[in-house]
Amino acid sequence: MSKFDFSIPRRTFLKTIGAATALTAMGPLASRTVLAADKLTVGVIYVGPRGDFGYNQSHAQAAANIKKMPGIKVVEEEKVPETVAVQKVMESMIEQDGAKLIFATSFGYFDPHVLKMAAKYPDVRFAHCGGLWSEGKPKNVGSFFGYIDECEYLSGIVAAHATKSKKLGFIAAKPIPQVLRNINSFTLGAQSIDPSITTHVIFTGDWSMPVKEAEAANGLIDQGCDVLTCHVDGPKVIVETAEKRGVYSCGYHASQAALAPKGYLTGAEWDWTTPYKMLVTATEEGKPMINFLRGGLKEGFVKMSPYGKAVTAKAKAKADGVKAKMLKGDFVIFKGPIKDNAGNTVIQAGVSLGQQDVVLEQMNYLVAGVVGKA
Amino acid sequence: MVAVDGLGWWGVPLAIFAGAIRVSTPYLLVSLGECITEKSGRINLGLEGVLIMGAMAGYGTSLATGSAWAGVLAAGLVGALLGLLHGLLCSLRRVNDIAIGISIMLFGTGLAFFLGKPLVQPQAPMLNAIPFGFWSSSPQIQSALQINPLFLIGIVLAVVLHYAFRYTRWGMQLRIVGDSADAALALGLRVLPTRILATVIGGFLAGVGGAFLSLYYPGSWNEGLSSGQGIIAVALVIFARWEPLRCLWASLLFGGAGALGPALQAMGITSGYYLFNAAPYVLTLGILIATGSPSRTLAGAPGELSLVRN
Repeated sequence: MSKFDFSIPRRTFLKTIGAATALTAMGPLASRTVLAADKLTVGVIYVGPRGDFGYNQSHAQAAANIKKMPGIKVVEEEKVPETVAVQKVMESMIEQDGAKLIFATSFGYFDPHVLKMAAKYPDVRFAHCGGLWSEGKPKNVGSFFGYIDECEYLSGIVAAHATKSKKLGFIAAKPIPQVLRNINSFTLGAQSIDPSITTHVIFTGDWSMPVKEAEAANGLIDQGCDVLTCHVDGPKVIVETAEKRGVYSCGYHASQAALAPKGYLTGAEWDWTTPYKMLVTATEEGKPMINFLRGGLKEGFVKMSPYGKAVTAKAKAKADGVKAKMLKGDFVIFKGPIKDNAGNTVIQAGVSLGQQDVVLEQMNYLVAGVVGKA
Repeated sequence: MVAVDGLGWWGVPLAIFAGAIRVSTPYLLVSLGECITEKSGRINLGLEGVLIMGAMAGYGTSLATGSAWAGVLAAGLVGALLGLLHGLLCSLRRVNDIAIGISIMLFGTGLAFFLGKPLVQPQAPMLNAIPFGFWSSSPQIQSALQINPLFLIGIVLAVVLHYAFRYTRWGMQLRIVGDSADAALALGLRVLPTRILATVIGGFLAGVGGAFLSLYYPGSWNEGLSSGQGIIAVALVIFARWEPLRCLWASLLFGGAGALGPALQAMGITSGYYLFNAAPYVLTLGILIATGSPSRTLAGAPGELSLVRN
């Protein structure tokens, strides 16, 4: 009988063991949850590869910079198409990695994908690049974008000094407002130096079409364009083709100077670190989501590539002069009267549309002097 | 820097001509390879994947070794391996070559994107072109006549294949295997090894076509590089009625038609550019409708081809 006094009933034994096992299992899990609460997990979603010398690279640079901030963990996913696939990626970032802030960097992610996920996860913040947030859309969604057309205007000034044929070439993906605004700003910048300059536009139809982009570049050069620039996801092929054919190029998204040491003049680059940091800080401090975030050169959202070898002192002086005005915030690119290339007046005389004006984000015309059709 | 005078309307025929030379090479190499494969009675729809794998392997090898021609060779070998995989899998009983082809296409594309991630940014050494335009003072013509040796190899190959299919022993053996496996067996020909070999050669050529894309024109590795050229090339073979010389013309036609859209836009003809960009496909449809006939099957189709066999 004494044996039984020392023994533990079987059921109690199992219970104790079970509880102990559960505790050991829970232990790391519980502490992990605490850790996750300390560390803010930020998800970043790209539409293409991160090292594309272009749009995705510009975002990846910002992601790398916020990774260095203390207490921030970054999870990234590349090459996510603008389909329901992006919803799945967002969901797994939220459910599996515990992301509290998601940067959805491609234009087509916004409607309906980001909006749908935002309604489903109201305590997660969604920062979308390029979309137009308006009253009535979920409060946990924000759109951020940069006024890169300021850089395009400056590139236009530099291009105008470099061209001999007075014909500039612009290779664009699709005629959407942001693209048209860049073409127009580039042209207006060039025309501020020489009103006779024309910009020849080729639309390739999609964001990444390397063969068509190369064909377009060759076509423009054959027609006498001697400065090329572009608005596609990866300007690599275009800048390289221009260099091979011995004409100048202006870059876009990130610096392509390394690809064209002779002909690269300057370029319009994103500096997403500024908005990324603002959005991350707001999340950390529990401040409300910034629903509409815009900025240009002044705010440090965009920057110019350093001038290339071929840029003359005169061109630098002229561009730097306008840049100084932009940095002070008293330069207006879209100042009437402006006519489109079909002859209609699109901005009346005396009207000036400042950068923040959302009318400009609905642009659907090409200004006079642009050869092409929106 | 050169100031180039505009060509005006002359730019359009020149662009079509130059585009035909620049853009047609991958079509040409892939379609010649597929022509060999299909003549043996197999169809390899996976050449899109092979093309992309070739482009990636060629770029990577060129970067690693510093020699673009080593890249071309590597691309061919990778293509041959994928061809071998297709050939072996299709030799199993009750395996459908169309289904295998589609899986090779998805496999090759996915693998190339996966392995090619670190290759997007660096610049690999490129293939050089031969400047046939040295006699002209016009920079446009000089540029149009920058001809890559692979294009010339493609032309020679088309001519050689044209005669080889007709007049050489192995050419006729290949055709017999492709037209009737029973007849080939009766003649003592080895059907499966012939087909596997034909698929391997087809894969090799498609891989080399991929190297042309990444190492010459447009000369860069990224994931949008092929955008369906491998699939179009497979369709070209049917369009060309399994004739190597017609593959050459069809490839030139496609290359030239593809250049039409950008050339017209560069000229300032800007309305309907989506339509001009669709020119190659409209052209194909048009020709197929014009040459098709409801009263007979595709002329020239190898009899063993799963496409036409019923």
